[in-house]
Amino acid sequence: MADVLQITADVLQKYSLVTAFALVGLIVYLSYVVSAKLTRGRIHGSAIAITVGLLLSLWGGIATGGTHGIADFKLLAGVGIMGGAMLRDLAIVATAFGVSLEEFRRTGVSGILALIFGVFVSFIIGGLTGYAFGYRDAVSLCTLGGGAATYIVGPVTGTALDAASDVKALSIAIGLIKSVLVMILTPLVAPIIGLNSPRAALIFGGLMGTTSGVAGGLAATDVKLVPYGAMTATFFTGIGCLLGPSLFFLIFKIFCEDTIVAL
Amino acid sequence: MAIYGTAILSGCLLAGILLGRLLGMTMGIDKNVGGVGIAMLMLIFITDGMQKRGTLPPKSQDGILFWSLIYIPIVVAMAASQNVVAAISGGPLAAVTAILVVLVSFAMVPLLNRADTEVTLDGGVDINDGTPKDSENREH
Repeated sequence: MADVLQITADVLQKYSLVTAFALVGLIVYLSYVVSAKLTRGRIHGSAIAITVGLLLSLWGGIATGGTHGIADFKLLAGVGIMGGAMLRDLAIVATAFGVSLEEFRRTGVSGILALIFGVFVSFIIGGLTGYAFGYRDAVSLCTLGGGAATYIVGPVTGTALDAASDVKALSIAIGLIKSVLVMILTPLVAPIIGLNSPRAALIFGGLMGTTSGVAGGLAATDVKLVPYGAMTATFFTGIGCLLGPSLFFLIFKIFCEDTIVAL
Repeated sequence: MAIYGTAILSGCLLAGILLGRLLGMTMGIDKNVGGVGIAMLMLIFITDGMQKRGTLPPKSQDGILFWSLIYIPIVVAMAASQNVVAAISGGPLAAVTAILVVLVSFAMVPLLNRADTEVTLDGGVDINDGTPKDSENREH
């Protein structure tokens, strides 16, 4: 009997990506059944599936102590490949197939505007809450602001500015919560904020910026909106990494010096 | 053949990421700036041109469409391999910051969406019949 288990484990591990396809297929199927039967379609099946995925990540993280959710179980390493940046980006680009170029041309300006607003709002809110929680140095405030942008901008900004490692860790945590919140809340708030057109999706992607959050949130709302949101979101992290240690650090530095003088 | 479509898709992604990295390099950061977005535009341009010339038969399109259709499962796998524990263990500062930034960003979507519509109205595009037009009507 032990041999049979061993062989099963061997096969699942050796064919890890195939195991992931089968497992994710099962999760998606069950989620759509729950959506149809228990919520009568009011909560979209993909929203449930993404939430289930996040809960599994939580469980995997607690059980293995790793950082990649259930992909840290040896048998489920394929989930990490399937959900990793490589295939995710390939699928995102594929969603652009058949999209009208005209739409991008018409909404291009609002997308750029949304990007600028999105990065500014993130840094300012991150800096302000950092200040409210007792941080007073420009390096820490700027790093926390970067975290409020995305979980990549935070540590990149922190490393460039030589921030303390606990502040960098905190900035990653902020970015991760942001991404999880966007995944879960987007389908719920979509009707309220008018997220139902390519234009709105383009603005949404630019404001939110977190690629995984936008990818998950729009998938759970309306998969037709994905290419528009993904298009702007993909520029957000790069712009944040560019402006974080430069422009925003200067802003925070002036802000800190002024308040210290005022006090 | 389906692989032609997948190869075009893959070529666009690789070229896009490469250009994104080069763009980042010229900005002085070791990050990819908009690589996926560039790849998406390339795919739209290339496939649009091929379809007009009739050189992208349905079989080749299937090689792209498959990846588009498998998008949600891939996002589910992505969700299942996130560092949710680190997110939760960030404490109150992390939670408060993230909640605030998400709520404010959500609230700004209709503001920017509306502002943009007004700009177009001023340009005299949609004022012909005098009825208020929202962005949904205008996309068609």
